[in-house]
Amino acid sequence: MESKTKNKIMDQDGIRRAISRISHEILEKNKGTNNLVLIGIRTRGVPLAERIQQRILEFENVQLPLGLLDITLYRDDLSTIDVQPVLHETRVPFSIEGKVVILIDDVLFTGRTVRAALDALIDLGRPQKIQLAVLIDRGHRELPIRADFVGKNVPTSSREIISVCLEETDGRDEVLLLEKI
Amino acid sequence: MKWKHKDLLDLDVLQAEEIEHILHTAGPMKEILQRPIKKLPTLRGKSVVLLFYESSTRTRTSFETAAKILGADTTNFSVTQSSVNKGESLLDTARTLQAMNVDLVIVRHASSGAADFLAQELRAGVINGGDGQHAHPTQALLDLFTLKEKLGGFQGKKIVIVGDVLHSRVARSNVLGLKKLGAEVVLVGPPTLLPAEMNYLGVKISYDLDAELPGADAVMALRLQLERQQNGLFPSIREYAKLYGLNLERIRKTGKQTVVMHPGPMNRGIEIASDLAESPLSVIDEQVTNGVAVRMALIYLLIGGASSDVA
Repeated sequence: MESKTKNKIMDQDGIRRAISRISHEILEKNKGTNNLVLIGIRTRGVPLAERIQQRILEFENVQLPLGLLDITLYRDDLSTIDVQPVLHETRVPFSIEGKVVILIDDVLFTGRTVRAALDALIDLGRPQKIQLAVLIDRGHRELPIRADFVGKNVPTSSREIISVCLEETDGRDEVLLLEKI
Repeated sequence: MKWKHKDLLDLDVLQAEEIEHILHTAGPMKEILQRPIKKLPTLRGKSVVLLFYESSTRTRTSFETAAKILGADTTNFSVTQSSVNKGESLLDTARTLQAMNVDLVIVRHASSGAADFLAQELRAGVINGGDGQHAHPTQALLDLFTLKEKLGGFQGKKIVIVGDVLHSRVARSNVLGLKKLGAEVVLVGPPTLLPAEMNYLGVKISYDLDAELPGADAVMALRLQLERQQNGLFPSIREYAKLYGLNLERIRKTGKQTVVMHPGPMNRGIEIASDLAESPLSVIDEQVTNGVAVRMALIYLLIGGASSDVA
């Protein structure tokens, strides 16, 4: 699909500040680190979760458990999408039973990924709470889902695309607004 | 990768990267097997029929477990309780299944080519669960997955397959897969059970097990198929065990931490001794676990995607 860049929404410093603020908000809302675990949704939720884990370590001197979630097998569009997504490993090496799970992803859009992630999480155990942290909320929800922690709200049209690039996955930190042409 | 196959009949039609893709997909599936709740919604509403014309425990239960974990419904069509007993042909049975709109048929049959025939007749996907002496692709895939986990890769690895090659569909499918992925393969057995035409694809044929063991990264024992032996293929079972049976002492000749495999069911004391089957070198139990993961991957790849994908 062809697209052209319309706008740079966040640069490296912007992303760093947003992650710092989200980390503080997580600590504030949960009154510390007690019972918290972090789970990143593959692909770009994972480096974001690692960065939040690092910030919280710096702020509170506590290393929170970190898990990786692949939601492919829980998607509701498997029978309609053209190319089957490649399956990756879910790695949650701790029990989420009774924990407060901070679920982390890059972009909140239709809400369908988060719906799949909620189902995947609940198959791993019964957490006390699940809270959602995203770098970008671009609107256009198709399900009744909202984020607890948002890096930046970006009003978009359906013709636009949000492209999140992170150092760990893409070699640079930036968030771009693209338009389909 | 865009998966373009409707069926899995043997490994000969798969490219090396397609085999790698199956093995890669099986990795995350294995993690699911270790969960307390082994149930996914992925294939909800899909139906899988297990059509077994030959006896089987591990292959059938492995497929059934795999399909159920992925959320599909399974129907067992066991021949002794079906209208095959009343003389129904394979084609008519296939048409009956077609009319029930099943999504995937897993077939085991004593005749080579039975799975291919069904695949041509049915809109549903077909997985060959073993046909005659021809092919057993899912066993080969689970062996490849196990070897990849244990050895890290295939390039330059020496794999010795020993035993009743003549009757073994497991050996045939394994040779295809191992050669595609770049392994060195040596087939060993008595001349009467080791057809000379098996030396295709650059496979080495040998009648002397002890000469081939040094340097072997993995040794795969084949089941001596006692139910398929005609008279006179070898003098006695005791002699066969002496020349081609694996045991702990003999496996030391490899000079390595060799991976010891057996597709099961084992004839203990014939092709493999209990001391070796129970030793830490043996991955026989793990092969069974990996079998479920690999079959989950295959079922997911065959019927998990868009229906337009499989034309």
